[in-house]
Amino acid sequence: MDKTLASLREAVDGIGDGATVMIGGFGGSGAPIELIHALIDKGPKDLTVINNNAGNGHVGIAAMIEQGLVGKMICSFPRSADPRVFTELYLAGKIELELVPQGTLAERIRAGGAGIPAFYTPTSYGTDLAKGKPTAEFDGRMYVQERWLKADFAIIKAELGDPMGNLSYRMAARNFNPLMATAAQKTFAQVSQIVPLGGIDPEQVVTSGIFVDGIVEISSPQQEEILNREGAVYP
Amino acid sequence: MIDAINAIKLTNAQIAWRAAQDIEDGVYVNLGIGFPELVAKFQPEGREAVFHTENGVMGFGEAPVEGKEDWDLINAGKKAITLKPGAAFFHHADSFAMVRGGHLDVAILGAYQVAQNGDLANWSTGKSGVPAVGGAMDLVHGAKRVAVLTDHITKKGAPKLLAECTMPVTGVGCVTRVYTSLAVIDIEDGHFVLREKIPAISVDDLQAVTGAELQLTSVVKDLIAPKV
Repeated sequence: MDKTLASLREAVDGIGDGATVMIGGFGGSGAPIELIHALIDKGPKDLTVINNNAGNGHVGIAAMIEQGLVGKMICSFPRSADPRVFTELYLAGKIELELVPQGTLAERIRAGGAGIPAFYTPTSYGTDLAKGKPTAEFDGRMYVQERWLKADFAIIKAELGDPMGNLSYRMAARNFNPLMATAAQKTFAQVSQIVPLGGIDPEQVVTSGIFVDGIVEISSPQQEEILNREGAVYP
Repeated sequence: MIDAINAIKLTNAQIAWRAAQDIEDGVYVNLGIGFPELVAKFQPEGREAVFHTENGVMGFGEAPVEGKEDWDLINAGKKAITLKPGAAFFHHADSFAMVRGGHLDVAILGAYQVAQNGDLANWSTGKSGVPAVGGAMDLVHGAKRVAVLTDHITKKGAPKLLAECTMPVTGVGCVTRVYTSLAVIDIEDGHFVLREKIPAISVDDLQAVTGAELQLTSVVKDLIAPKV
C-alpha cells in the first residue's frame, strides 16, 4: 500500500463545483496552505468550506474566498487580524455563513466521522444560535440537539506521514485536523515529511491511515502568520 | 459621574490581579481572549494553576520573546505561547470535552453584560456586522466556576450588571462571580450579592451604577488592589 501522491494537484483534483470541503487548522496553525493554494489553482466554484475561521489576509482560506471559490462558510469565528475579504462579501450578501460554537463544531465533525447523526450539548442553550433546534432535559438540565457534520473532502496538514497514511501532528497544529480526517469521503494530507512504514512509532500515530486517502510531502510548509506579516497575496 | 468613577476605579490589570487571588494551587483554568489573559500574570506566590486553551494545549506559559515565535504553538487568541514542563497537546474534540465535561475548575471571561440570574452576554452586541462566537458558548458550560472580569459600567456610563441582559446571551444562568472595576459580586439564587467594594465608593453610589439590586447578606469587605 502506498498513499503517497506525486503532486498537490493530484490531491485536490477531485474537488469539483459545489463540494463541501473541511479544511484543517485554527487560524494559521495547522492550516494546509499549499493544498489550499493548489485548490485555488484548480478553481472549483460554490464550495461549502468548514474551518474554525473564515480566512485572514489574502492567503489560504481568505484567498479562496477572494478568488470566488466559496459560497458558504461553516465556522465559529469569522474574524481575524485582517478579515476584510470575508467581511466585505458577507456584508454584501455574497457569501453565506453558518455560525457554530467552536466546541459544537468540533463535536459535530467528530460525530460525522463516528457515525453518530445527532447529539445533545449544553452549549448554546437559550441563545440565538439554538433557535429552531430541538431541546431536551437530561438529569434536570436543558440541552440542544446538534447534528453531525460531514464533507466530501478534507484537506489537512500533519507533520509526519507514512505510506499507509498514518499521521502525527506538530504541537497545536493538531486542532481540527484529526477530526476532519475522519468525517470526509476523501481525506488528503500535506505532511512535512513522509517516512517509511514504521517511521512513526505506533504509540505516536494520532490519525490511523484508515482515515486518509492520500499524502503529499511539503517539506517546508508556509505559515499563514508569516505570509500575512510579509503582506503576501495569493495567487 | 463617569469622570468621578473613572478617577477611582481599578485598572484592568488590578481587576485581573483580584481575580487571580481566588485561583487555588493546582487548578485547571481557561482564560478568555484579551483582558482575562492578564490573570495568568498575577498568580500568587507558591500557587500554580494549569492553563488550558481551546485550540488544544494544556499547561502553557508566557509569550515567547519577539522573534522566537513558533506559529504552530499559539493560544485561542492566535498569539504565540510557550510550554511549561508537563504540557500536553490534544485535538479540538478532546479540548472541548475538557470544557463541557466539567473537568475545568475555572473559566474567566470578559462580558458586555451580566444579569442578576447569571446570564452572560459577551459574544454579540446584537448590531449588524459579522457575528462570531468562537468558544464562548462552550466555556460558559462545564467549568465548576465561571467568573467574569469587567468594567462596572460602559464607556458611556451605562450599567453592565443588569436585571436582564439586553444583548444576545452567550449562556443562561452560568456566571457565579463578577470582578468589576468597583466591586466583587457573587450571583446567588438570582441575585447580585455584594462581597467587596473599593473604599472610595459608597454602597449607595455603587448601587446607582448597578442595574439590579445589590444584596448585602454579609459584611462588605474593602477591595484593595496593589498598583500593578
